[in-house]
Amino acid sequence: MTASSPAPVVRIAGVDKTFGRGDRVVTKALEAIDLDIARGEFVSLIGPSGCGKSTLLRIVGDLTSPSTGTVQVNGKSAEQARRDRDYGMVFQAPVLFDWRTVEDNVKLPLEILGYDAARRTARAREMLELVELGDFLKHHPFQLSGGMQQRVAIARALAFEPAILLMDEPFGALDEMTRERMNGEVLRIWEQTGTTILFVTHSIPEAVFLSTRVVVMSARPGRITKIVNVDLPRPRTDDTREERRYFELVTEVREALRAGGGDLDDSGTIDGMDAASMERTIAEGAVG
Amino acid sequence: MSGGVGTLAAGPGRPGFGASRAGGVVRRSFGFYLPAVLVFVGALVLFEVVLDALNVKSFLIPKPSAILAALRDNWSSGRFALQPAAINTLQEALMGLVIGTVAGVAVALATARWTTARGILLPLAVAANAVPIIAFAPLLNNWFGLLNPLSKALMAAVLVFFPVMANVTRGLVQVEPGSLELMRSYAASEWTILRKVRIPNALPYFFTALKVVTTFSLIGAIVAEYFGGSNTSLGRRIVESASAFKFDVTWGAILLGAATGIVFYLVVVLVERLVIPWAAALRGET
Repeated sequence: MTASSPAPVVRIAGVDKTFGRGDRVVTKALEAIDLDIARGEFVSLIGPSGCGKSTLLRIVGDLTSPSTGTVQVNGKSAEQARRDRDYGMVFQAPVLFDWRTVEDNVKLPLEILGYDAARRTARAREMLELVELGDFLKHHPFQLSGGMQQRVAIARALAFEPAILLMDEPFGALDEMTRERMNGEVLRIWEQTGTTILFVTHSIPEAVFLSTRVVVMSARPGRITKIVNVDLPRPRTDDTREERRYFELVTEVREALRAGGGDLDDSGTIDGMDAASMERTIAEGAVG
Repeated sequence: MSGGVGTLAAGPGRPGFGASRAGGVVRRSFGFYLPAVLVFVGALVLFEVVLDALNVKSFLIPKPSAILAALRDNWSSGRFALQPAAINTLQEALMGLVIGTVAGVAVALATARWTTARGILLPLAVAANAVPIIAFAPLLNNWFGLLNPLSKALMAAVLVFFPVMANVTRGLVQVEPGSLELMRSYAASEWTILRKVRIPNALPYFFTALKVVTTFSLIGAIVAEYFGGSNTSLGRRIVESASAFKFDVTWGAILLGAATGIVFYLVVVLVERLVIPWAAALRGET
């Protein structure tokens, strides 16, 4: 690495992922993935269902390991990065604990990281203000709407200032209106915090609206077919969605997807399963 | 409140459950159970009238008024004094409840922590539960002494153990996979996961089990007493008054046992509301 090109936050090199039982390959999910993500970037992974985009994100987050190849985060292995708490994760489901209040849910990672009580409170409240839930500190998750729950999950992921935010279809379960508003929120938070974000989605407009770069992947086995640089001006607002350049980029991504084979569908799943449950199913021996 | 927050599923006017203190719980419970109590009293009156009208012999079913009179006359004195008997039985049941619950939770924690332990202990526990455990009562009397309250308490404990163990294990193990991945992303230790995810997740299961086994503990104690023990106990009072054809006393003792069981249950409900107030809200009971 030279001084002119700063070290990337994430460096993915030659990553393959196969799911199998014993020596038998059941599914080849990812093939020859190379990708660098620079500090402060907002990179989206988009592709047809079953292209392994969630699996790639899970490999970066060390929730699963690559079959071959390496992932480095801030010059460390993905596992070391996880142990150093470099990751803030937001899943499609908010994964909040019903027995904790909204505030205490945000405090959870801070407790594990050993922040003292005063700092936990200050930090949790600051983050909940950031996602505009300052009035809901003492509510429990089940008293909130889906969009609000996902905002709590984002506040929790940001609370300990992780080096990179990994978001796995965080708004996939939300309606279109809420989703667009959440997109605006995420952009605002990203601009305010300067964090690096890796974002998995199956929505082309969402990817284009949010990202600095959109990584387009092909159908199984997942390969990177094209990287679209999004040169839309910032700050991006609702008006951005009506600009000519925006539509051009949406078209560019759509054509890249079509060239890679396979259509997007609404589920973003592999045969109706997300990557996590597919792995579990295979691990339990129910598949193959 | 600040505007423009978006979808307000719940207004800020109803935050958390800080208001759910004991007083509120008691008042709400009272309101909840009042209709049932009224129906019960109504049924007693109906029984009284019908038994009187049909001239049913008192050794078949004594009239409610006769049972209440027997309870009053045999409350604290006489050959069939019921109040000290109920206290002894309650103590045995309580002792059994504590022993069975502690053992059940301990085994559940072990099975949740060590998969090997689960593989060995769970099938054994299921097999043990299939045995009509109450049949062991004479043996327990033999092992620990007929007059030793421990022999009754252990009968209760054995009955309590399995539901507690099975439920708490389920609560500890059946954690949302996403929760475990979240904890993994924090590089949390197994111990942290146990404290912050598994145990809170298991608490509602624990209280569900507790509500069932309070009754089991009384059944265990009373049935163990049937096979012999101190005469100052509900089980012995029931057996002896029945063999003396004092069926009004027998019914009185049964009624007292039932009342004890209900109080027992309500205490558990109250503790549950105080310890995990959110669970009732989640079920939509507040």
